[in-house]
Amino acid sequence: MAGLLSKERIIARPGFNRWLIPPCALATHLCIGQAYALSVFNLPLTRQLGVSHSIAGDWKLTQLGWIFTIAIFVLGTSAALFGKWVQAAGPRKSGFVAALCWGVGFLVGALGIQTHQLWLVYLGYGVIGGCGLGIGYITPVSTLIAWFPDRRGMSTGMAIMGFGGGALIASPLSDFLMRHFSSPTSTGVAASWVVLGIVYLIFMLGGAFGYRVPPDDWKPEGWEPRAQETRAMVTQQNVTPGDAVKTPQFWLLWVVLCFNVTAGIGVLGQASAMIQEMFRDRITPSAAAGFVGLLSIFNMAGRFGWASLSDKIGRKATYMCFFVLGTALYTLVPLTGKIGSVALFVACFCIIISMYGGGFATIPAYLADVFGTKYVSAVHGRLLTAWSAAGVLGPVLINYVRELQIAHGIPKSQAYNVTMYIMAFLLVVAFFANLAVRPVAERFHEHPRPLGGRPATAH
Amino acid sequence: MTSETRTEPVNDASKEADSGSRRPRGRSTGAVAVSLAWLAVGIPLLWGVVQTLRRSLALFG
Repeated sequence: MAGLLSKERIIARPGFNRWLIPPCALATHLCIGQAYALSVFNLPLTRQLGVSHSIAGDWKLTQLGWIFTIAIFVLGTSAALFGKWVQAAGPRKSGFVAALCWGVGFLVGALGIQTHQLWLVYLGYGVIGGCGLGIGYITPVSTLIAWFPDRRGMSTGMAIMGFGGGALIASPLSDFLMRHFSSPTSTGVAASWVVLGIVYLIFMLGGAFGYRVPPDDWKPEGWEPRAQETRAMVTQQNVTPGDAVKTPQFWLLWVVLCFNVTAGIGVLGQASAMIQEMFRDRITPSAAAGFVGLLSIFNMAGRFGWASLSDKIGRKATYMCFFVLGTALYTLVPLTGKIGSVALFVACFCIIISMYGGGFATIPAYLADVFGTKYVSAVHGRLLTAWSAAGVLGPVLINYVRELQIAHGIPKSQAYNVTMYIMAFLLVVAFFANLAVRPVAERFHEHPRPLGGRPATAH
Repeated sequence: MTSETRTEPVNDASKEADSGSRRPRGRSTGAVAVSLAWLAVGIPLLWGVVQTLRRSLALFG
């Protein structure tokens, strides 16, 4: 089995079509993207014992909220902890482990739901599944960059688009499964999780076994690295993950990702409540749900669109767009409430969320440009701690400031205004952090191996 | 999702399957595998997008 999963075994032979790699990456990301749709299980889980209604002993929403929080926290930490291993093990082995973690996480979680032991759900979905999220998220990155050195942004954007798209599939699929398995004595959640766990396991294993890595000196026909070097930010050197975290560039990009995600994640979590409160009597709960769905589509599309654009205009310029445009749009949002324009409000947030997704999708290519391609998965894994931080910062900021505003007598329709200005301010800070990113100093570059030594394969 | 069939080195960029190489059989095998792989991920994704768009119509209704 170890041999079957080894990196040496998956070095591509002549005739291999590199366009087989993005679907493999998508197979992984479409599955783990389910995490964004976890909330569809919340209400049924609050009546797991009572089935038709909550009874004493049933779980509370606040308790259930921790499942997602733990999973996202473990995502960031496992990506940081296992990033180096993912890089060394290769995409098949790490994809295999991610598939096992994600699938088994669901099955353990289902056991927790069936036996009504919340700690088992935390352990299953949160910790084991969270490891699957972290490892699965970074697994395809360096492989895609190795296969598509000429289109780094587009290729990684395509994979990370899958993470956004995963929720679009999981949400209606989960609804269907719960309806199918529900009965007068069961909510159907546990059975749905068993099915999801098995389906995701099979799908992710399919992706894992499809991965191939190119030989060390492979490059696309007609493509010369020199042509890319005309951009000062694109290096041909490599920086090890240990050295990368010692550079100011890593921490500047950490701030860039953290604040871009903070601004978006707070909105995503509160989108339904926000549109209903800002446009009271005009937006029904089902219309608000439609708004959330629309945001999900823009979140996904932005991942592919912005990351592909970054191949043309450069990563730094792409993030400049995010921060300039984002600041302007966040500042404009209170005005949309004031003039009562739902269309303008929706348009603002669709663009904002597309840039939230675009920020996630463009960062691997940015890292490859700045730190080299050899260790990009490992460096990316460490940078994802910014996501964990933003996962706490974003919702806390938006909820806390809103509560504070309402406590001071501000009408609910205007309670988000200050938050919008805070988000705009965060993007200004991120703008300057991005502006300060320069090529990494030569002393951090990895030293070449002695003459005769074969460079390590590190896709 | 695989097409490992050959043994010669891959370093020769002119032999990349999607870059106009002169091997019709390899190309057609690659094209089928690529199409199937994309369908396997594309169909569920398209279904999810359509379902979400249908739900989003409530916003404009």
